[in-house]
Amino acid sequence: MDAALRELSYAQAIQEAMAIAMDMDERVFLMGEDIGVYGGAFQVTGDLVERYGAERVIDTPISELGGAGVAVGAAVTGMRPIFEFQFSDFATLGMEQIVNQAAKMRFMLGGEVSVPVVMRFPAGSGTGAAAQHSQSLEAWLGHVPGLKVIQPATPHDAKGMLLAAVADPDPVMIFEHKLLYKMKGHVPEGHYTVPIGKAEIRREGRDLTIVATSIMVQKALDAAAVLEGEGIDIEVVDLRTIRPIDRQTVIDSVKKTSRLLCVYEAVKTLGIGAEVSALVAESEAFDYLDAPIVRLGGAETPIPYNPDLEKATVPQVPDIIAAARDLVKGVR
Amino acid sequence: MAGASKAAVVDSRANLPFVYRQYSPEQLREVLHKMYLIRRFEEGAEECYTRGLIHGTMHLSIGQEASAMGICMPLAEDDQITSTHRGHGHCIAKGAEVSRMFAEFFGKTTGYCKGRGGSMHIADVAKGNLGANGIVAGGIPIAVGAALSSKMMKTGKVVVSFFGDGANNEGAFHEALNMAAVWKLPVIFVCENNGYGMSTSTARSTAVKNIAERAAAYSMPGVIVNGNIFSEVAEASFKAVERARAGEGPTLIESKTYRHRGHSKSDRNRYRTKEEIEDWMANRDPITLFETELRDFGFIDDQGIQAIRDAVAKEIADGIEFAKASPAPEIATLQNYVYTEPA
Repeated sequence: MDAALRELSYAQAIQEAMAIAMDMDERVFLMGEDIGVYGGAFQVTGDLVERYGAERVIDTPISELGGAGVAVGAAVTGMRPIFEFQFSDFATLGMEQIVNQAAKMRFMLGGEVSVPVVMRFPAGSGTGAAAQHSQSLEAWLGHVPGLKVIQPATPHDAKGMLLAAVADPDPVMIFEHKLLYKMKGHVPEGHYTVPIGKAEIRREGRDLTIVATSIMVQKALDAAAVLEGEGIDIEVVDLRTIRPIDRQTVIDSVKKTSRLLCVYEAVKTLGIGAEVSALVAESEAFDYLDAPIVRLGGAETPIPYNPDLEKATVPQVPDIIAAARDLVKGVR
Repeated sequence: MAGASKAAVVDSRANLPFVYRQYSPEQLREVLHKMYLIRRFEEGAEECYTRGLIHGTMHLSIGQEASAMGICMPLAEDDQITSTHRGHGHCIAKGAEVSRMFAEFFGKTTGYCKGRGGSMHIADVAKGNLGANGIVAGGIPIAVGAALSSKMMKTGKVVVSFFGDGANNEGAFHEALNMAAVWKLPVIFVCENNGYGMSTSTARSTAVKNIAERAAAYSMPGVIVNGNIFSEVAEASFKAVERARAGEGPTLIESKTYRHRGHSKSDRNRYRTKEEIEDWMANRDPITLFETELRDFGFIDDQGIQAIRDAVAKEIADGIEFAKASPAPEIATLQNYVYTEPA
């Protein structure tokens, strides 16, 4: 296969990024539960322990709070840890170290230290894992100054943003949707970075801006492809980073299309859609709006086990198609 | 007769407690100097608070000075510590200047945290103090991480994590001790047990009689010392540092001590008796105990003690003046240090 068209899965892309980071910088190491010979709960670390040894691919006890704290302590004293939470839901167990320590240490100490830690969070529903293994908690962390929070939506970005995160002097939280791990896409060889804090326009269009995150980017693109047949021309903005948010790309897109639909998997209320809606409402783009802003987010419920209920909990392609069609046709 | 026996003891240092054998008279006099510095710093800070010159709150370690000094005695300058909300003593013991500490309390740009941290986040990274912590047990896993760095980077550094008796019932304490033991990291866990987590006594909060017993659960030595006797603390720390540097792993030291003041400025001392406090102040004050020993063993005379007290008084007065005269941060710098500024 032509190297330029080389395809990797999202999980393989992350693994390759971690390997490149470890090759480039001996301070980089991995920590997490069952990331060694087991290969990680989602096989993201895979066989890295065989290549880099147990000293650099460290299996921790099941101690999310302590483990996160160890990663923070190692980061402030010269190392570059990449810490894997087995499921993003377990961020709740490590929250103290993430929110009170990692995010604030540089600030509290007047800039005397940096905390270059990367934390990875397999997130989202769709795996039948029910309420405690399916949440999307990125907005929790997005609310905390001192953290950077990213949600790569493609294999290309998963690799490039992880390499950007490792090079970043501040704590970077990466939310990886579990259903994306098997997604295949073009991933260049070698080292490259995708900037944190920069959204990407995945599809240009005139009639409606969909701002989507993570797995909803692909669903929005699928919806846009269907609506193209109806003569509706949709622009899809992949937010990629929720802190710091790329306001300008969103504002410019809405000024062009005059309509905004926010699509995200996390619970709708008080989520990223509220933030994107507000930033548009507060900007000059407000005057360009031809319709109310609409949010499509997760239902106000924990994620259920039953597969039909589970699907109904988060936006699906038909939901996006319906909302977009209504918006453009002025039903709303 | 007393004079003759005293001379005999000095002639034979071999019979004296650990620190008198291990350290020079100059070093020991400096310890007394630092203990006074800690005490007077906190008294000065308390007075400034009472006079309205400092806002917020503070947690004073008055009565615990021997613990901070004893633990830090065998540490090298580049060894590291994590500290607690009751951390002024640790900060000074690790080498901080009181002028920059006062400046931090006054919220000034010359403070160790440029006025962003205050008492509860006082740090001195250049001297290895990675910071006090407002979260009980928050610094313990961070110390383990610093020790992991030491091991991975082969720097030979030892890390001390100070925490109080309250922290031993936090999950972070147990997770951190377990990992340090599993990975044999060069870290020393120092529980300064002053008898009360805020108002709740260890008897009411903690299932074991001695917190050091918890070391058994993590297969590491658990050592109990009288935290008000400098030599006892320093000796335990010395052994733990040797063990850590030799790659043999962590130690838990329980330093039993007492805080003369309340938990913080809101404390009405309703959970303990006046008699209890007065007993500790009158009969077990760590500075009095150490000073008396130094004098009895002939390491210092009354004139030397007075010289230390005078020098400390001047350092404190100068430090407060420095803090008052220092500039406050500009409001425009509010968001500095949230993220690393682009180079």
